[in-house]
Amino acid sequence: MAPESLSQIFIATMLSNNLVLAMFLGLCPFLGVSGKLNTALPMGAATTFVIMVASLCAFGLNWLVTELNMEYLRLISYIVIIASAVQLVEMFLKKTSPVLFRALGIFLPLITTNCAVLGVALFQTAREYSFLQAMTFAFGGGLGFTLALLLMAGLRERLRLAVVPNVVQGTALSLMLAGMLSLAFMGFAGLGAGE
Amino acid sequence: MGMPGQKQPTKLEELLEGIWKQNPVFVMVLGMCPTLAVTVSAMNALSMGLASTFVLVSSALLVSLVRNIVPAQVRIAAYILIIATFVTVVDYAIQAISLAVYDALGAFIQLIVVNCIILGRAEAHAAKNPPVRAVINAVGMGIGFTIGLFALGSVREILGAGKLFGIALFGPDFQPWVVMVLPPGGFFVLGSWLLLFNWLKNRKASSDRIEPVGGHVHGA
Repeated sequence: MAPESLSQIFIATMLSNNLVLAMFLGLCPFLGVSGKLNTALPMGAATTFVIMVASLCAFGLNWLVTELNMEYLRLISYIVIIASAVQLVEMFLKKTSPVLFRALGIFLPLITTNCAVLGVALFQTAREYSFLQAMTFAFGGGLGFTLALLLMAGLRERLRLAVVPNVVQGTALSLMLAGMLSLAFMGFAGLGAGE
Repeated sequence: MGMPGQKQPTKLEELLEGIWKQNPVFVMVLGMCPTLAVTVSAMNALSMGLASTFVLVSSALLVSLVRNIVPAQVRIAAYILIIATFVTVVDYAIQAISLAVYDALGAFIQLIVVNCIILGRAEAHAAKNPPVRAVINAVGMGIGFTIGLFALGSVREILGAGKLFGIALFGPDFQPWVVMVLPPGGFFVLGSWLLLFNWLKNRKASSDRIEPVGGHVHGA
């Protein structure tokens, strides 16, 4: 893997290789939670935080399983650490900010099955990122996820006022919208380390 | 789903549920990440479908077997561990069978762990039903998922590269519609399939309007 600078990684994961729109990670919350603008932002923030924590833990774990020659345990240990991280975030929020905790509701535990979290951990392992690179990758990925979520939520709020033929309503429309967004994001290709 | 007072569906109905009525890709719109990411070619789509089916069926069997032993509080964690184990098996198996497929699918094989269909089936079906029934349902879901992936993968490969399973279909003058194998194409093709199904459903609903229309399905 050619060495990439931190800013390249950051811009690439946030824009040109956006987690959601170019790598198809975290689509379930993207299509599920993006109905309203005011839930999109806290959801994005919580996911970014979990991605960062998971990426940090995954970095340590990867070193450990490689050291112990137990690579076959990598996936299992990642998923356990992500589940525990989400649990911790949940307990922490419940204690410090019950309002935010209630606002996020069921979506908080569901972060565990967000492909973006495991995806970032797996990709940083596959690309053999250094510690700083991995953290930048995780932060850029989280921001990119939040950005995509916000854009989508804004578009969907506007669409609710539009007259749409019966056939197109529901998921089909969301997918078409996502396709357009993805097309727009492809315009960023070439920025940073495009693949 | 497994409501208490409900009549038990026959085994055939159980199998068909995943293939048609509750198709994971087209009706439930679950497991979108692998669905869109790997379906750039028919071959990739089929391998992904088969790998997911294997994980789906074996984890359904194991979850169903341990359903009375696992305490309710830790059941999700236990299911995830079971699923992750089988995914590791598949990951190593694909690496051994075909390195080309392994390279093409990349991290998405390991991402089967967080495929909502598998955990969803474990929680909603396998944990409440005896092994035979759980396996039959999982096989149906797996076939349905594979069909869905194949429908996407073949369309994208034909339009985006002019090929099917790597064999050129059109003459040398064919201009590939490149956007179809790029990320936006995934969204567009799946959106179009859903449009088609919506249209068919609407047409059916208007042709027998006397009967009340069953619950419509949309939203993730």
